[in-house]
Amino acid sequence: MIARLVNFFGEKRHAKLRWRLLQVVLVLIVIADALVVHPHTQFPWQAVPGYSAAFGFISCVAIIFISKFIGHSGGIMRDEDYYD
Amino acid sequence: MIEGLHPALLMLLGALVLPLLRGIWQKVLSVLVPVLALIAVAQISPGSSAEFRFVGVDLVMFQADQLSLVFAWVFAIMAVIGNIYAWHINDTGQRVSAFLYIGSAFGVVFAGDWFTLLVAWEVMAFASAYLIFASASRAAVAAGFRYLMVHVVGGVLLFGGIILHGVQTGSYLTGPLDHGAGGLAYNLILISFMLNAAVPPLSAWLTDAYPEATVTGAVFLSAFTTKTAVYVLIRNYPGAEVLVGFGVAMALYGVVFAVLENDCRRLLGYHIISQVGYMVAAVGIGTEMALNGAASHAFAHILYKGLLFMGAGAVILMTGRRKLTEMGGLYRTMPITVFLYMIGALAISAFPLFSGFVSKSMIISAANGDHRAAVALLLTVASSGTFLHTGLKLPYYMFFGKDCGLRPAEPPLNMLLAMGLAALFCIGIGIFPQLLYAQLPYPVDYHPYSGSHVTESLGLLMFTLLAFVLFLKYLDPEKTISLDTDWFYRRGASLFMWIARRPVLIWEQWLITLGDGAGLRLMHRLSRVSLRLDTQVIDAAVNGVALTALRLGMLLRHLQSGIVSHYALAMIVGLILLFGWPLYVAMGAP
Repeated sequence: MIARLVNFFGEKRHAKLRWRLLQVVLVLIVIADALVVHPHTQFPWQAVPGYSAAFGFISCVAIIFISKFIGHSGGIMRDEDYYD
Repeated sequence: MIEGLHPALLMLLGALVLPLLRGIWQKVLSVLVPVLALIAVAQISPGSSAEFRFVGVDLVMFQADQLSLVFAWVFAIMAVIGNIYAWHINDTGQRVSAFLYIGSAFGVVFAGDWFTLLVAWEVMAFASAYLIFASASRAAVAAGFRYLMVHVVGGVLLFGGIILHGVQTGSYLTGPLDHGAGGLAYNLILISFMLNAAVPPLSAWLTDAYPEATVTGAVFLSAFTTKTAVYVLIRNYPGAEVLVGFGVAMALYGVVFAVLENDCRRLLGYHIISQVGYMVAAVGIGTEMALNGAASHAFAHILYKGLLFMGAGAVILMTGRRKLTEMGGLYRTMPITVFLYMIGALAISAFPLFSGFVSKSMIISAANGDHRAAVALLLTVASSGTFLHTGLKLPYYMFFGKDCGLRPAEPPLNMLLAMGLAALFCIGIGIFPQLLYAQLPYPVDYHPYSGSHVTESLGLLMFTLLAFVLFLKYLDPEKTISLDTDWFYRRGASLFMWIARRPVLIWEQWLITLGDGAGLRLMHRLSRVSLRLDTQVIDAAVNGVALTALRLGMLLRHLQSGIVSHYALAMIVGLILLFGWPLYVAMGAP
């Protein structure tokens, strides 16, 4: 059972199904977020349905590109034999 | 007095007996003693203590309250799991040093005075260093020495701070440091704690050394050093405002460096730093809820981080590779490892029903409750990054992604069993958070499973997944290493050598030429005078001393085998006696 579950995430032939499934899950989450009550938020926009979803997406994109920018332009990433 | 045994004493006794056993008996003992330590922790009631008077100072070698017990529980659980994971190895040295390491970690969490804490702190540093040296590669030995060097410096700072603090206050008992806040003693101790908690810029030792440790050693390393530091911060620096900023910076710093990383265990190391950042920030916030959050997050963290290191270790053991660029496609033959690793990954990412969800959110809620919106917001950004790396990037490039062609088998059964146990805890805590909350230092009035908390967390995480899928190609690991603050002492060493070779040598030669001229004539005259003194007075005395030394030397020659492991054994026995004897006496010789 574990192997079948893992294979579902690995095999190429399920790629389309995985993508569809992800889309369905994402839509369901935003709908659910609109249905639940949001008590005691710090700022009014935190109660907007899907706020945290947008926050997660933007955070992730920002992390990827800002980090790679710092790594390449900031001289942090070096050849593997740098210290040898 | 307490009933039963100090868990540290059990581990030390175990460390003495281990080398006497071989084969299966040694393996059995290596798991049995941690189980006994777990039982010993269960026997301890909060409020018990044991003291020992030594050269005029009261040493509180044992003091238990709710806070020390939370950490003792998880240390004991991790000791059992870690030793099961290491069942298959045949290396007495690693077993003994792991025992000493765990025992001294117990020593720190039950220490009631600064001297006991200091001794346990130092033993921890040396015992853990062995787990790095034991890899025996050139890189590991070099990294081990750098690790030791950094921790010895930290120990000296701690020692200095303790003495200053003791002189100023007349007390050597641990507890919130209110006296002289911001003063030298306060800061020295704080810096040494921050060093062990891997707060940047004092963090490079962690990501430098942990990836070089042995497969089983790294699992122990990931659990104890940084979390004992979190413990002493909670105990001694609750509400220290400076920790809030450092904690948040840490959480983000770990995330940024993890994007750049190619070595699988170094990536996990950066996420230790990131996760400990949450705890450090929580200590700085200092409200009851925040301190509860720090303690519960440390508890959950030790178990899921241990699981992640075990998963990465299993891959390293079975493939002999450690770089993400050289892995991929392993899911075909290692599905159970993938499955168990992913439970740890979902736990660290704080998915509902997993342990991180009930502990991390406590810290973010505490930040919100204390009206620190920026802190809560930045920690939420770091949460997205945590899932991105440990939950998506690492497993994708290690287990899925481009097929590297390797078809490794699953790791030995004991490793899978240890991972399974850790996974059970990750899920158990997530489903029954009250079990963990009941152990926390302050009463808990927090319910993680509210509708909005669940949908918001799922939204954050699943849209992070969407961004990962869309921008996957920008995340490809690259064959590089990242410069961190260890650059200063790694490059600093070559600068030191250059100074020694160039300016210092030239200066020395100039001095020699000078001395050969005018200086030499003066020296000749002086030496004639001293020669007379020497032959008539000193020689007679020296001859007597030399004869004695000669006889003693003959005796010592028989003791010196010249074999390093003999010396190491003698040092370990010494350490155990140094720490164990007072402990034994303090416990009233059970």
